[in-house]
Amino acid sequence: MKAPAHPLVPEIRLVSARDLAWLIGSLLLVILPHTLRAPWWLTLLTLCLFGWRFYYALDRAPLPSRWLIIGVAAVGMLGVWMEYRSLFGRQPGVLLLLLFSGLKLLETRTHRDAAAAAFLGYFVIVTNFLYTQSILTALLMGAALFSITATLVGLSAPNRPPRANLRTAGLLLAHAAPAALVLFLLFPRVQGPLWGLPQDAYAAMTGLSDTMAPGYISSLALSDAIAFRAEFQGEPPPQTLRYWRGPVMWDFDGRTWSVGALLPTEVSPPAAGRVAYQYNVVLEPHNRTWLFGLETVASVPPEARYSIDGLLLARLPVRARMRYEVTSTIATATRRDEHPVLLRRALRLPLRSNPRSNALAAQWRSAARSDDEVLTRAIGFLRDGRYVYTLEPPLLGADSVDEFLFTTKAGFCEHFASAFVFLMRAAGVPARVVTGYQGGDLNPFDRIVTVRQSDAHAWAEVYLSGRGWVRVDPTAAAAPGRVESGLARSVPQTQQSLMLRAELEWLRNLRHQWEAVAHKWNVYVLGYNPERQRDLMSLIGMRDADWRSLTATLFTVLGGMTLVLLAWSLRRLARPDPVQRAWRAFCAKLAAKGVERAPAEGPRDYAARAARALPGARRAILQIAALYIGLRYGPHASARRAKRLRRLVRELRLT
Amino acid sequence: MIGALLERHPRFANWLYGFTPPERGTVVLVHRRVYIVPARLGWLYAATVMILLIGSINYAIALGFGLTFFLAGMGLAAMVHTARNLARIGVSGGRAEPVFAGEPAQFRLHLDGRARFDRPAILARHLGSGSQLVIDIPAHGVAEVVLEVPAKRRGWLPLGRVLLETRFPLGLFRAWSYVEPDVRCLAYPKPERSELPPPIAEAAAGALRAQSTGNDDFSGLRTYQLSDSPRHVAWKAVARSDHMLTKQFTGEAAAELWLDWGLLPAGLGLESRLSRLAGWVLAAERGGAYYGLRLPGVEIAPGRGDAHAAACLQALALYPSS
Repeated sequence: MKAPAHPLVPEIRLVSARDLAWLIGSLLLVILPHTLRAPWWLTLLTLCLFGWRFYYALDRAPLPSRWLIIGVAAVGMLGVWMEYRSLFGRQPGVLLLLLFSGLKLLETRTHRDAAAAAFLGYFVIVTNFLYTQSILTALLMGAALFSITATLVGLSAPNRPPRANLRTAGLLLAHAAPAALVLFLLFPRVQGPLWGLPQDAYAAMTGLSDTMAPGYISSLALSDAIAFRAEFQGEPPPQTLRYWRGPVMWDFDGRTWSVGALLPTEVSPPAAGRVAYQYNVVLEPHNRTWLFGLETVASVPPEARYSIDGLLLARLPVRARMRYEVTSTIATATRRDEHPVLLRRALRLPLRSNPRSNALAAQWRSAARSDDEVLTRAIGFLRDGRYVYTLEPPLLGADSVDEFLFTTKAGFCEHFASAFVFLMRAAGVPARVVTGYQGGDLNPFDRIVTVRQSDAHAWAEVYLSGRGWVRVDPTAAAAPGRVESGLARSVPQTQQSLMLRAELEWLRNLRHQWEAVAHKWNVYVLGYNPERQRDLMSLIGMRDADWRSLTATLFTVLGGMTLVLLAWSLRRLARPDPVQRAWRAFCAKLAAKGVERAPAEGPRDYAARAARALPGARRAILQIAALYIGLRYGPHASARRAKRLRRLVRELRLT
Repeated sequence: MIGALLERHPRFANWLYGFTPPERGTVVLVHRRVYIVPARLGWLYAATVMILLIGSINYAIALGFGLTFFLAGMGLAAMVHTARNLARIGVSGGRAEPVFAGEPAQFRLHLDGRARFDRPAILARHLGSGSQLVIDIPAHGVAEVVLEVPAKRRGWLPLGRVLLETRFPLGLFRAWSYVEPDVRCLAYPKPERSELPPPIAEAAAGALRAQSTGNDDFSGLRTYQLSDSPRHVAWKAVARSDHMLTKQFTGEAAAELWLDWGLLPAGLGLESRLSRLAGWVLAAERGGAYYGLRLPGVEIAPGRGDAHAAACLQALALYPSS
């Protein structure tokens, strides 16, 4: 069969428009998620560079000079620097990589250059995972991996139809998959990082902060991002009891609450009470040390410690998805004998701020006989004050508590908590603000409680002598629905994000199922870490697997797999194709009649000789030879002809 | 350096390459004969994978690990695929038409895929001359490469060692093998452009004049026969139809003449004598003469036509040099 021959090996040939189109298409797939995050001018510049290179391919013009490319690079880098005031760090680094992918294309002449650009594409894939590792991203990047590989196959076989190249790429990926799985499971995992990460490496993480100003939680409540998931052993507690404790705010400057510095006292949590919940939490990274737990935490996971204000703290900021096990108990009050220093701190207020609230509190104090009574009055004041619970509270000035309580009368949970704690302190009752999450969505499919940023909440704790710290939720007094049925039913629907709206039942249902899958993905794929690797190894009988035994196992398994692959490649080769088998059978039949094929005899000569020697089967012999020659050397090989050849050989009778 | 070493120690080379040349019949590239090393792109790929691994560890990116390991596994698979692309190919030599010394000999090699899959981008390079071609072998099919090797001296020209190489599918690995099929090409002595010597020239001219007006008088076309000179093929007519046609000339005379070694000047060296005789054979054939060849120990009876000319030239080509 005639095949086009070329004097040059593929890797030094000039890249064709077809191969370039594949390469550019693959790179577009890879940078697609980045373009949504990049500044518009950089996206535009990169796309222009891609288009520019493709125009050169169509026009067959020589590529632009090196100086022009360096000029474009300088302009792009200057732009990135103006935008971020830095060329390093995650976001500027990724943007420069986008720019370089376009510039690399502009100096791509040969197939070898194009292959290097394709490797750059592999590299850009991984930068996408710095931002998100969701299932959707994984699918998109899987498609990009396939496309880049097909591009590489096309570069090393320029005359092949693209469909054959896609098949080869698929075959390669299928052969790579078992090795990839084994490496993923067995490669000795080290806990990163190996060196310092750029400042902005975790900038995209959202979550609670260590300060609370008016409007802060309500802005968080618009986010559908997941904060953590909790899987309970047994029935989860009811919605109204699901208070997930976060940072506790002690200090107030008249407008903003903050955590402040706490004495690093070693304390142990209270013993588990009668009603205890055991559960594990898969916490999304939030770049803080807080580990959220249900109030009141009764056990401390080994990787955490317990703070004096009842909070679980990790040793390092949580920068990777983390899983821990906790036991909580439903307690009515904690720390009956609180340290007097802390109690004094829980009474401190800025001087001369919020005078009207101060006056109101002083009035309650003088009228009431006990702290309990002050508390009841304050709750009553909020309940009967016709306060509006809203996600869009009016802006407040310096005396935020006064303005909220007496002027605007509309706010979100942080307004209520802030005002309430202020009033308590002003009335001489020790109080503090607790932030965290309230509620969470129970997925009916896998019974996992998903807590989102929109569940962020702020409440108060007051210290009552003889009882200890008691939780009071002032929001529940003003808008009881918030705590009983969640945010969705307690603020007007037009203020909520689409997913929160209660009426879209089917949408919620769909979302629950999707989240059940996503949770499995998070736990088993993304959450695979050194610890889980040890667990898995002990499951298959390797106790205390260290890196040596892991490496040994890894190489044994990989070696075995390579052997299997080799055996596969040999098997495909060892068996001659059906046409050849038929021809051999034909030769054997003739040889049995004394007409043996000479080693250098071609099929045509051999058939002619055989036809002369066996004139009885002349027709069949010549027909078989003609078919065989057509199938082997002719341009019209087809399965139908091959079938006919086999049939003719089978039916050949020599007398 | 290694090339020189192998040149000097052919037995070491034979051991290294796994065969003793030349090889008769179809040579099958068994696995033992296929070598594989990472290519330059392969090292770049390995560096990319290493950087991805370090990045994935540093930033603790689970999917980064996944991609890194997928690429590593694909490198492994690419190695097997590259070796497979070359393994078990059957190589056999085809017919090589005789040429004159100084012209390139055209060796045909048939590469039989012997497999259900196609084998793209196979490079065949003649090591001696550096002439090379890249071809695709279709599934269940055979591909033919024509390697041009300059024939420097008269006599038999063996093909010599041929490199078969491939980097398919990803260009990460280079698999190669050497073959030396038993194919040779006959190189005639380089013909000297000279007129026939006076005695025979006159005889030839006289005979030609007597019979016809000249060699170039075209009289018609007939179907081509294998013995016809390619110079007489009516190429324009061939291009129009599909059949090979030969031009016939009325001047084809029958003057018998002997191209005799003894007619050459005494001081002439051996190779120059053979060259001049070769030139005479061509001139006589061109003139349509009926000629014979006489060398010391060799005599070819007078005759005419391409087959006769080929026999004469072959005798000259294979005339012992000492």
